[in-house]
Amino acid sequence: MATEVKLFRSWSSRYALRIVWALKLKGVEFEAIFEDLSNKSSLLLQYNPVHKKVPVLVHNGKPVCESLVILEYVDETWNGAHPLLPKDPFAKAEARFWAKFSDDKLMPLIRKATLGNGEEKEEARVLTAENLKHVEELLKGKKFFGGEKIGYVDLAFGWMAYLINVLEEVSGATLIKKEEFPLLSKWMENFYEFPEFKESWPDHDRLITKFKNYG
Amino acid sequence: MASGGVKVLGSNYSPFVNRVQIALNLKSVEFEFIHENLNPKSELLLKSNPVHKKIPVLIHDDKCICESSVIVQYIDEAWTGNGLSILPSDPYDRAVARFWAAYYDDKLSPMVKELRSVKEEERAALVERIDEGLGLLEEAFVKCSKGKAYFGGDHIGYIDIVIGSSFGWITAMEKMSGKKLIEEAKTPGLFGWVDKFLSNDAVKDVIPTTEMFLQLLAKMQAKPTAS
Repeated sequence: MATEVKLFRSWSSRYALRIVWALKLKGVEFEAIFEDLSNKSSLLLQYNPVHKKVPVLVHNGKPVCESLVILEYVDETWNGAHPLLPKDPFAKAEARFWAKFSDDKLMPLIRKATLGNGEEKEEARVLTAENLKHVEELLKGKKFFGGEKIGYVDLAFGWMAYLINVLEEVSGATLIKKEEFPLLSKWMENFYEFPEFKESWPDHDRLITKFKNYG
Repeated sequence: MASGGVKVLGSNYSPFVNRVQIALNLKSVEFEFIHENLNPKSELLLKSNPVHKKIPVLIHDDKCICESSVIVQYIDEAWTGNGLSILPSDPYDRAVARFWAAYYDDKLSPMVKELRSVKEEERAALVERIDEGLGLLEEAFVKCSKGKAYFGGDHIGYIDIVIGSSFGWITAMEKMSGKKLIEEAKTPGLFGWVDKFLSNDAVKDVIPTTEMFLQLLAKMQAKPTAS
């Protein structure tokens, strides 16, 4: 039944997109509930009283919050199709490490490097380039971070496939040059072109407007 | 079944390192503790955690695992046969455990740390936000513990380890400042849980006592600060 699984999301939330992708990969039917984050619904506040954010996955009436937590829940619950995390404990630990790296280290740096100011912006650009080298290294000999198939780490880094271009355009800074990061550039292309995700990308122009207003 | 050398690189004053030690103790895994000075950072640290250059690092059969929450889950999965599970087995309960661990690390812990350096005029507002957070945690404790001693029920689990590991230095801070963070009247569940956690067999020899923290502080204040 489609209504067994609901996903509270917004038009642009990069975190909610991770869950959209995961559910699509697993072939799970779900109802998407779009929230206007400037006017949050009482349902959202009821399901996520702690953070009041999207995404929230509601499965059989029970809410799960925090995108990386939701991804693991989805992987463990719908464990037949398309595994997202590897079985081996060490490989799993590495996957979790890189997902945290995306959110805790890379995202804030890229935000500062594109939307930040003055010295902070320049410092962040240097650190971004250094940290992107780790990501490039991860892709050696692989099409996706997950190997042949899209996995947990791909979904964690997925925001890069559409947001880097937007942030580069808004800021005039180039963070990912093909010559410097050939594997990462190719991965971004492959992820963006992945057939099942074609309809998922937020409107580019609308994103430009959103980030131009971040000031 | 996991086998081979197990090393923990860290400092026993770091609650993040303590998480790893507690998890290994729960699984009865013998390990070598390699003390990391951090000033300067050792070759081993730079080699085993090149991305963050931070402790703790778990080195198992020459494989390096970094980030305390990742390490604790790894320990649970690499030694499934040993002792009880650190995370629950049901996917929803696991999601709840991961949620509260992330809440503590991302939201509550930074606020508590801020207490040490907050300006007097901003203290009241900070304390109010912390109290709100502790209220949420109290509710979570009641729901998760179901009347038992720990978030994990009868036995220490993931939330206990992640949150409880900070209560060594939090207790020391309370004694030094004379101000209680956890009050029995406000959060009776958490209040009772802190002592039970700190005196648990897997924990009691890991987390430094208040006296040890005070000695460390005295040492640090006596030296001229480097870097």
